[in-house]
Amino acid sequence: MNGRGPGRGPDGSMDIDSLAEIRLRIAASPHLRSPHSTPRIMWNVVGSLVPILAVGIYYFGPSALLVVAAATLGSVLTEVLFGPKGSTKDGSALITGLLLGLILPPGFPIWMAFVGGVFGVGFGKLIFGGLGQNVFNPALLGRAFLQAAFPAAITTWPLQPDNWWALRGDSFALPLMSPSAPDVVTGATPLGLMKFEGLTTDTMDLMMGSTAGSIGETAGLLILVCGGYLALRNYLDWRIPLSIFLTVFVFSGGLYLIGPDRFPSPLFMLFSGGLMLGAMYMATDMVTSPVTPAGSWIFGVGIGLLVVLIRVWGGLPEGVMYAILFMNAFVPFINRITQPRVFGQPRRKPRGAEA
Amino acid sequence: MRETTAHEDLIRGIWKENPVLVQLLGLCPALAVTNTVPNAIAMGLATFFVLTGSSLLVSLLKNWIPSEVRISAYILIIATFVTIADLVLAAVVPLIHKELGAFIALIVVNCMILGRQEAFASKRPVGRALLDAVGTGTGFMIAMLMMGTFREVLGSGSVMGYSLFGENFEPWIVMILPPGGFLTLGFILLAFGWWKERHSEAIRVRQWPHGVASGEEVA
Repeated sequence: MNGRGPGRGPDGSMDIDSLAEIRLRIAASPHLRSPHSTPRIMWNVVGSLVPILAVGIYYFGPSALLVVAAATLGSVLTEVLFGPKGSTKDGSALITGLLLGLILPPGFPIWMAFVGGVFGVGFGKLIFGGLGQNVFNPALLGRAFLQAAFPAAITTWPLQPDNWWALRGDSFALPLMSPSAPDVVTGATPLGLMKFEGLTTDTMDLMMGSTAGSIGETAGLLILVCGGYLALRNYLDWRIPLSIFLTVFVFSGGLYLIGPDRFPSPLFMLFSGGLMLGAMYMATDMVTSPVTPAGSWIFGVGIGLLVVLIRVWGGLPEGVMYAILFMNAFVPFINRITQPRVFGQPRRKPRGAEA
Repeated sequence: MRETTAHEDLIRGIWKENPVLVQLLGLCPALAVTNTVPNAIAMGLATFFVLTGSSLLVSLLKNWIPSEVRISAYILIIATFVTIADLVLAAVVPLIHKELGAFIALIVVNCMILGRQEAFASKRPVGRALLDAVGTGTGFMIAMLMMGTFREVLGSGSVMGYSLFGENFEPWIVMILPPGGFLTLGFILLAFGWWKERHSEAIRVRQWPHGVASGEEVA
């Protein structure tokens, strides 16, 4: 090296003619493009939710569709009205609405589902600055608000009526008004039966989805398949659901070994309630889950432990929602402590090197 | 300290430097006892009385209070008026007094009141101190009323106990619980900030942290 690049004059200055020959192409980063844009991922997730919604409608009739539609309308409308320009196209508000609808009871009044959608997107996402800025999963936040505001309506679980077309509750209750008592028989979810009456539900029913529960959470196997598709396409971090399932299985399995008559079996724990849907679709929300692989494991294990703790010893029959929201709050800290070492840097900072 | 006109002293606390909505002072009662309008009014009136009374007395006594013990002296004066308010409320509206509970006694440590003494009443003539106390007290009252109305309408479907939507109303339980206080305050602050931003970018930049930036207030 003589310190002179090509096209430099004797004094080292660039001369104009050779500069034109180099033909640099100037462009702003990123220079590597991936086909996986945000809208593409989001629409894939929406697509994978369609079968789950279809099965929900199959089991719970037209009122299930009404609830999901109202929640989706609420969240998309909020995004259109208050979101940044054009942000509706990325499909994230649609996902929030769909997911919120899927974790509501089938007989839920649609005006409440609408309020949940508005709250989820407005206070769960837009108030933090829109997609990518939110701390908590918007759909779960919407449901947490509904649970706090309308505790009675959100724990009313209709059983299968004879007529598929029958509404599963007072879906069309006027806004701000209480739903009237439903015409269909209501019952408890498998987790409620377990908690308050000590009854277990057949695991096969839990896997296929013919139990009482929220619209999209009952068909455990189908959710596994749909979530597995997203994991294969790398649209969700497989470590999170896997670590949740493993933790729940090991923790509740240990309890089951200690007292089979007192504690539910690990399979029951895995396939009951919202665990499948929560682990596959809510905990893996790209915005509110850790970015590092190690962090994902910590996150998943934390959720699994909390789910079993709340279900077994808590006052509520189901704890997936609060477990995920609780761990969401820790994500920034998890990200910080699991920062990978920069290549070439020492393993540990010398003591006192940093103030 | 910049000289202010009497008119400014009166008006400032009502809206531009509203203790709750702009300075975020006195949040403890604003969050805790605004679940119904009557509670909010009772708390607002009690605070208004305590603030006016102590501003008057502090301003009168400002030359006799040694600056080393001024905070304890202010607290003593405030506590005197709180005791009066406590006893009067217990005698006049025993039910509301019972609902407000410990929060009446806690007016003593309301930093909005102490802040006005330290920042204003102890340095200004009696008339100005009174005007300032009336303005700030009114601002506090307005904020309490806004929160109380919002929470009672959604949480119980009524205003001052009068039902708005009929018997079939589905109450939003969360709104009369403590989280409802935070949600409501956050929502009002959001609306407030949004309104300001939309109205004038210049106002937003210069005046939003006004009360804090001018170094007048006790945190």
